[in-house]
Amino acid sequence: MELASVDTVRAGLAGEQYLADEGLATSVFLALRLQRPLLLEGDAGVGKTEVAKSLARWTGGELIRLQCYEGLDANQAVYEWDHARQLLHLRAAEATGLAADRGTEDLEGELYTERFLVRRALLQAIAPPNGSGPPVLLIDEIDRADDEFEAFLLEVLSDYAITIPELGTFHAEVPPIVVITSNRTRDVHDALKRRCLYHWVEHPDFDREVAIVRLRAPGVPERLARQVAAAVEGLRAEGLYKPPGVAETIDWAEALATLGRATLDEASVSATLGTVLKYREDHERVRSKGVAALVQAAVLRGM
Amino acid sequence: MATVEVVAVSMARTLRGLGVPTPPDASVAYAAALAEVGMGRRSGVYWAGRATLVRHPEDIAAYDRAFAAVFEGFQPADGEEPTPAPESVTILVDTEDDAPAGPDAADLVDGPVLTLRWSDREVLRAKDFARCTGAELDEAHRLMGDLRLVGARRASRRLRPTRRQRGPLDLGATTREALRTGGEPLRTVHRRAGERPRRVVLLCDVSGSMEAYARALVRFAHVAVVGRAQVEVFTLGTRCTRITRELGSRDPDAALDAVAGVVDDWSGGTRLGAGLRTFNDTWGVRGLARGAVVVILSDGWDRGDPAVLGEQVRRLQRVAHRLVWVNPLKASPGFAPIARGMAAALPHVDELVEGHSLASLEALAEVIAR
Repeated sequence: MELASVDTVRAGLAGEQYLADEGLATSVFLALRLQRPLLLEGDAGVGKTEVAKSLARWTGGELIRLQCYEGLDANQAVYEWDHARQLLHLRAAEATGLAADRGTEDLEGELYTERFLVRRALLQAIAPPNGSGPPVLLIDEIDRADDEFEAFLLEVLSDYAITIPELGTFHAEVPPIVVITSNRTRDVHDALKRRCLYHWVEHPDFDREVAIVRLRAPGVPERLARQVAAAVEGLRAEGLYKPPGVAETIDWAEALATLGRATLDEASVSATLGTVLKYREDHERVRSKGVAALVQAAVLRGM
Repeated sequence: MATVEVVAVSMARTLRGLGVPTPPDASVAYAAALAEVGMGRRSGVYWAGRATLVRHPEDIAAYDRAFAAVFEGFQPADGEEPTPAPESVTILVDTEDDAPAGPDAADLVDGPVLTLRWSDREVLRAKDFARCTGAELDEAHRLMGDLRLVGARRASRRLRPTRRQRGPLDLGATTREALRTGGEPLRTVHRRAGERPRRVVLLCDVSGSMEAYARALVRFAHVAVVGRAQVEVFTLGTRCTRITRELGSRDPDAALDAVAGVVDDWSGGTRLGAGLRTFNDTWGVRGLARGAVVVILSDGWDRGDPAVLGEQVRRLQRVAHRLVWVNPLKASPGFAPIARGMAAALPHVDELVEGHSLASLEALAEVIAR
């Protein structure tokens, strides 16, 4: 893959149905060229995870996703021994009388070989089983993992190597493309941030949002797409508890199109408001300001 | 035309001057990034720096200013000159050396322990901060350094080995054990859920009416931050400011100076409801306050709409494990929560405690750990 400039990245991602702005495209370009992890922060639903998915489709690398949660440990993130098979192997050795001939030492050596190794996401990314291109490692919602895991990740990302005491050290021949996302429910540790390129993902502007809806929901007529994007833009300015993200815009446009609407109107907005606003307080606020006004402004803006 | 190195170093220096921590490896990364995107386009130079020099969305404004200063020759305004490092002053205090040593150290872990070596310590412990002299306040702050603040415990999702013979199996250890018995798993090894402290979130009102207490309470917050990682501190006044990072320095004077540097609304007006709303929107409800022990340190005097404050406190209480309101005025005789803000918030508060003196802050530490 020829990686000449930032525009190559933009075009490449656009080919995979992801419209990146210049800031994001520059960060991705630098992450690829400098072989550094890319840390994406931003509100929920602005398309952070999609970046990694589109990147994997574009580069042709395998997408390896590690969803973080509290209590995530090395067994679930790096590797695990297949203990059930190990026990079975031991029992078989005993049953056939092999265990008595061979010493415990030998038997133990047999147990800790790659045959019984279960590779989890991080090990898969560092040492891909087949010699394919560099995989895309998506570490999703790192802010949900605890400090212990973050510290461990720091070690892996600094030299792209994993040591398994029984087998030795695995080095990545080609470092994986690493995308880390965070909803910023807590601050990721500065030491980890230092290893990464950082990009704060914003809500898209009006024209880009219309383009995204058109691309992601081809069944939505252009006029409706423009009006929905305008209405969402209006909602974001309302100071809601949860301003809608791009994902909600797409959902809303699709919901309206499914109901057979070609333009926004008060009744269908009222009926489908649940696809964009997920808090009761937000619904109340919008209703008290008047759905009709919202629709009217959106129709004007969407001309 | 300047080389990439010169540009990278100038940007890093300017950013540092604006108070954004910029380690050398960040400028190295910026130089490498500039070499990749080239210096031909303004936007390329700009975004390369955003990706390598900025690590917090709050720093973006400072970055924009630095960028303008370096590339357009603007000088930062006078108020934004780098502040010189504060001089720390060590106060030598004559103490009676009869402090019990040895066995008491073991008690440190559970519950707050205050090592007292001062002859009139009992007087000082109970004295209202608002009535303390400067010297007494200094001494109180020093004694506060011995407080231990740990959040209530909760079950962790991380499993730990245990000697018990029940609970989830530790297959790895069981297999290793089986090797000794010729492959027969005679003895099973188990694991159990561990425990970990909950996060503690301190929201400290720094408005004018709290002036007599705010410094002591921020000092209390500093002790908490230095003592343990799982504490987050914010100030509330006319806005909401996160000061956890500023409180990170072990030197209390330097930490307090750093806080004064970022909190613009110190001893200003109060818009508690609006401040809490900012906190809820950008931090609290998104996850920071979820399952945490949230402590609001305020006298409840609010110039804003009490309904807003009530709603925000309710919102916060719904996600928090426990909501503790510390009101320094509670200790005054005849106190009734009549401040409009306090009255609106009270129905959603799990516990109302006083926080006017050293002794009451010790009690607060106990409430938090419960």
